[in-house]
Amino acid sequence: MSIRLITALAAMTPIAAQAQSQLNLTQGVTEISQRVYDLHMTIFYICCVIGVVVFGAMFWSMIRHRKSKGRKPATFHENIKVEILWTIIPFLILIGMAIPATSTLIAMEDTSEADVTVLVTGSQWKWHYKYFDSDVEYFSLLATPRQQIENRLEKGENYLLEVDRPLVIPTDRKVRFLITSDDVIHSWWVPDFAVKKDANPGFINETWTQVDEPGIYRGQCAELCGKDHGFMPVVVIAKTPAEYDAWLAEQEEIQRKAKEEEQRLLAMSMDMDELMDLGEQVYLGSCAACHQASGEGIPGVFPALKGSPMALNDMNGHIDIVVNGKTGTSMQAFGNQLSLRELAAVITYERNAWGNDTGETVQASDVNAFMNE
Amino acid sequence: MSTVVGEMDQHDDHHHHAPSGITRWLFTTNHKDIGSMYLWFSFIMFLVGGSMAMVIRAELFQPGLQLVDPHFFNQMTTVHGLIMVFGAVMPAFTGLANWMIPMMIGAPDMALPRMNNWSFWILPFAFAILLASLFMEGGGPAFGWTFYAPLSTTYSSDSTALFVFSVHIMGISSIMGAINVIVTIMNMRAPGMSYMKMPLFVWTWFITAFLLIAVMPVLAGAVTMVLTDKYFGTSFFDAAGGGDPVMFQHIFWFFGHPEVYIMILPSFGIVSAIIPAFSRKRLFGYSSMVYATAAIAGLSFLVWAHHMFTTGMPVFAELFFMYCTMLISVPTGVKVFNWVATMWRGSISFETPMLFALAFVILFTIGGFSGLMLAITPVDFQYHDTYFVVAHFHYVLVSGAIFSIMAAAYYWLPKWTGHMYDEGLAKLHFWASLISVNVLFFPMHFAGLAGMPRRIPDYSVQFADINQIVSIGGFAFGLSQLIFLWLVIKCVKGGKKAPAKPWEGAEGLEWTVPSPAPYHTFDTPPEVK
Repeated sequence: MSIRLITALAAMTPIAAQAQSQLNLTQGVTEISQRVYDLHMTIFYICCVIGVVVFGAMFWSMIRHRKSKGRKPATFHENIKVEILWTIIPFLILIGMAIPATSTLIAMEDTSEADVTVLVTGSQWKWHYKYFDSDVEYFSLLATPRQQIENRLEKGENYLLEVDRPLVIPTDRKVRFLITSDDVIHSWWVPDFAVKKDANPGFINETWTQVDEPGIYRGQCAELCGKDHGFMPVVVIAKTPAEYDAWLAEQEEIQRKAKEEEQRLLAMSMDMDELMDLGEQVYLGSCAACHQASGEGIPGVFPALKGSPMALNDMNGHIDIVVNGKTGTSMQAFGNQLSLRELAAVITYERNAWGNDTGETVQASDVNAFMNE
Repeated sequence: MSTVVGEMDQHDDHHHHAPSGITRWLFTTNHKDIGSMYLWFSFIMFLVGGSMAMVIRAELFQPGLQLVDPHFFNQMTTVHGLIMVFGAVMPAFTGLANWMIPMMIGAPDMALPRMNNWSFWILPFAFAILLASLFMEGGGPAFGWTFYAPLSTTYSSDSTALFVFSVHIMGISSIMGAINVIVTIMNMRAPGMSYMKMPLFVWTWFITAFLLIAVMPVLAGAVTMVLTDKYFGTSFFDAAGGGDPVMFQHIFWFFGHPEVYIMILPSFGIVSAIIPAFSRKRLFGYSSMVYATAAIAGLSFLVWAHHMFTTGMPVFAELFFMYCTMLISVPTGVKVFNWVATMWRGSISFETPMLFALAFVILFTIGGFSGLMLAITPVDFQYHDTYFVVAHFHYVLVSGAIFSIMAAAYYWLPKWTGHMYDEGLAKLHFWASLISVNVLFFPMHFAGLAGMPRRIPDYSVQFADINQIVSIGGFAFGLSQLIFLWLVIKCVKGGKKAPAKPWEGAEGLEWTVPSPAPYHTFDTPPEVK
């Protein structure tokens, strides 16, 4: 078919090869992403051909049929045959385009018979990954330091495209993603897989990929989701099935141990300095995006913690809001995002930083007692 | 043929005693006065919305956060979009309709002059409210001009109520304007001016007005549901209460897609007047142009979900919306082919209106090409919500709609002011705009294809070079528009006297009255052959 031919020709031109390095759509690393790329190039070249014909005729007129050359205008102004012709021809071109597009689309939406399933949950402004058929789950946050964003440090190679804990998937397996959200709409996008699917709160979307090449693939949230929409990247590591299985087993072990450790630590209490150090770290990672590093929030959007009555007086209310969040607002429930120790530390920090100076400490056991009430 | 009402100037106008000073403008029911106010208002909004774009481009000039914080950046992208759509492009078209439709169909004025006054004068209040919200605690709307729930409901600041109120006022204004256009066209055509003799600008506006009446109430419904979800405990868009956030997008885009044709159909009319005039040859395929416009308008109601391919629709729906969207390129193509055929073997000259019209055809077609690419659902998954989309809709809206408005302004300025504009300054404006608009928007295609999402205040370093070029183009385009402001002021104040018909090849009733057009035209209807 002629479209195939055009695509084949396109692939051979040096411009196309050169352009794909950074100015063109990625070919990606899956069969689907390659098909998507081919469709993209096909329609692009069709547009180019139509453009050459239409603009060619226009410029021909502009150059040849100009008044300054003493041209006398022709008088024709209607021709039914021509009108029918230039309605039918584009229609046929479109049918030619619709056929490969339809088959690719149907393949992309076939999420059946997956080998691995991962639940992807977006929230302001991080991703959470939960592996089905195993206990492994974790949050994935932007790892680029604030100093780089604020231009106080040189920007790294993967500036804004790096996370603390990437998603890991096996190669050569069909991986199904179930995508949802805890708050606003996000969109999970990895260009190299040609996967972009919205995360809608209260609903679950499905999509899938099968990666052939082990590697690190980077993407971003693609749907405006509030203030830090530009700061919630997606990083996926594809490992060979054997490495993946080993990694998963290791993670299960780590998460199990962490839970045990947490129970053991309940008996211990931390002193104010330890709590404040850890608390500041946690605060900058999880709270400062909204409440600001200064604790002053953004008036009218995110409340200040500095001098807030809750942080100064109401300890139970404070633990409650951090653990359970506040429905109907951006305040998330951190009870399942942070460890008991981290929760205790960050609450202590908020009650003692920026001149709040309550002098009160909150221990992991306090938080645990609250959660088990 | 026509009964031009003499050399009637304002001062011998005994029909009404025209008030002077501010009351002339406040109480006017004259279509020309109201048209001028619409045009000035839209130009002011164009500069206000443009300065927000300058803030956006300044922040994006290099990676990292430099000038504004992300929350304010989101307010800028949101209000820029709202102002350009509802404050710049739509009122400009209404202004042109006010000025030109009565003169083109041989009517003395719009059919409903008092409503005309009101539909203009509520607009400044709408935008004052919207702009004032930026100074509220918590800032103005920051959820994108598309205000997707629940970002605009549960998670928005309290200025949302003002946003909703201002959109309501804009909607009421548009609906009244549209009713006025329809009533005028249906009832006030001069004897002999049958529908198929109407200039295409009248035809395209006629169809646009029906689109407006059909979809502005849908927008009003959407913002009202946002209001009640946020303040009155309803759950239209909240799954926890049985609602659906994706339903918001269906409702919004059922308005939103016809809206994009509302912003381009009158352009088609303008260009269909200018290209024949400067090719000195009748428009090719007049009736097919009319049918193509109607076909585009009809199809515009069947394609809304192509803005939502990634929301997770059934395959069948994705296919349906993909096919319908591709189909729109057929009537749109017919229009472009007709314009080219009009030029073919004409006798072309290149005054500024023609230059803008030609740039419109080429650049709008490029926007059409990227639109066709976006229609292909599997590839749209890659393009969606990237700078490729930003490039696409700015090609059709800036170098499309705005360029056609510029073309119209140059074409009819002599008729409005009675003076010829400064052709040298106009050419400078054209070339500066043409070059900068492409430096501004063309590289955005590459940024999008390479993976840069839209609506982000900061980006990874691989996009640094492209964004720098884009920003430079943006500043240049912004500054170029000040040339236009200077040129218009100069033309209003004086200049070479314009004849009744300054363009050799121009056709239509508006050229049978003197320049400037008398305050009242066609008190007695002209006879149309």
